[in-house]
Amino acid sequence: MSKLPILTVDGVPQAVALSERVHWIGALDPNLRTFDIILKTANGTTYNAYVVRGSEGVAVIDTVKENFADDFFARLESVASYDEIKVIVLNHLEPDHTGALPELMRRAPQAQLYISQKAQSMLKALLKQDEFDFTPVMTGDKVSLGDRTLAFFHTPYLHWPDTQCTYLVEEKTLFSGDVFGCHFCDVRLFNDVVGDFRFSFEYYYAHIMRPFKDYVNRALTLLEPLPLTTILPAHGPLLRDQPQRYMQRYNELSRSALHSEISSGEKTLLIFYISSYGNTRRMAEAIYEGAMTIEHVRVSLYDLEGSEVAPFVDLIEGADGILFGTPTINGDAVKPVWDLLSSLVVINLKSKLGGVFGSYGWTGEGVKMVEDRLRGLKLRVPIPGIRIKLIPTDEEIRICWQFGHEMAQDLMGLREAKVIDIADLAWEAVRE
Amino acid sequence: MAKASITFEDINVTVTAPAGTRLIEISEKVGSGITYGCREGDCGTCITKVTEGWDNLTEASVLEDKILRENMAGKHNRLACQAQVLGGTIRVKPV
Repeated sequence: MSKLPILTVDGVPQAVALSERVHWIGALDPNLRTFDIILKTANGTTYNAYVVRGSEGVAVIDTVKENFADDFFARLESVASYDEIKVIVLNHLEPDHTGALPELMRRAPQAQLYISQKAQSMLKALLKQDEFDFTPVMTGDKVSLGDRTLAFFHTPYLHWPDTQCTYLVEEKTLFSGDVFGCHFCDVRLFNDVVGDFRFSFEYYYAHIMRPFKDYVNRALTLLEPLPLTTILPAHGPLLRDQPQRYMQRYNELSRSALHSEISSGEKTLLIFYISSYGNTRRMAEAIYEGAMTIEHVRVSLYDLEGSEVAPFVDLIEGADGILFGTPTINGDAVKPVWDLLSSLVVINLKSKLGGVFGSYGWTGEGVKMVEDRLRGLKLRVPIPGIRIKLIPTDEEIRICWQFGHEMAQDLMGLREAKVIDIADLAWEAVRE
Repeated sequence: MAKASITFEDINVTVTAPAGTRLIEISEKVGSGITYGCREGDCGTCITKVTEGWDNLTEASVLEDKILRENMAGKHNRLACQAQVLGGTIRVKPV
């Protein structure tokens, strides 16, 4: 049986040695079941924090959630005294990693705080004070602890604007913050001896990192060249066994799964609709026909009744444009449309093309509501939506065809240069 | 009232709008790829590249400058939710 790390002695939390100079001083939270509202965890999580000892001072890297501060301070005190602390590094300012920071700053007032350039405003909001001393750092910046050196790598949006990774040069150890982490609590701590945590690793990526795939890829170009013996994330198992595998897995997850048959010169336009009496479906079909006339646009038509939400989320992630057809029922767009729209938070939608259409009985607000939601999701909505009262006429079907045609043109950058006056841009998205 | 002519290069649309209109108000109406978050000059989501007519926008406030700096914005970048058009010709595109 593997030797268990000694986490407490006579009930007092103890630091766990990861090397002669590096200790884990985090906390276990085995009872947590929901993290940040959006994430489930079946066996809790850990808040990992670390101490690095150099010949000229000690660095503390990250802290823990506030109500676990006692464990953190006890572990810290078991390997260092407060007056030795020269450096505090925060890789990420979310409260589960900064909960003990104000008290740590009070106990070690001489310590200099190192945070990423983008973390400054968040730190002020967390500490609720305007004046404090800190050093903003970027990729390439280093801080010396004598015979140990910390090097900083700016890895924004993994998964907050402020996130960074810190590399202990002499030990080839990466303190990665939330990157390569997961919500998994196991007293054995190390990846080669804990229970099977692969599902937690994948789940964490899917919910926390997936919206920022482009940023993951950028971060990997910085991190992959580093010689590595260990990755020490801020949650979950400490990756001392083959850490490169976890980096490789991020690499795989941040690229498309199956090879896409869409060539690089083509654009994809997805049309989703749901229809109670077939009117919104007829509009969708006309829009589909109109869009199909533009070369190099790969158009697809989907009935929302025909699938679960998750596959559509995957489709939308890879698409260039998305159109939604919704009837208005009782003054609102219908639930299957909202269900899909509320599930898109795990993917990046910025600047995809969006548009809305739908049939209605007497009010027709649904189209405008969904348009507003698309803008809120950071799609661009260049053409006002179409709403048609009950059964579309031939002329209205032609308008739908034209809508699809223009959307596809827009996607290919083929819409002619236009000059318009803002006064002519009716905010009410109705085509009379 | 003075009017400005603003071209959104990503969608090739030029809009004339009265002086004082914020870039984001025009951008969202024409569906340019300039997206926004807080609309209060705090989050930096709407950072926009001004490719022409820099002087035809209101000057950035101290607070806007601070957010641009914190977000490491490049030269001639503005927050679309803060910059107001003054007149003349302006060309912008999403960053």
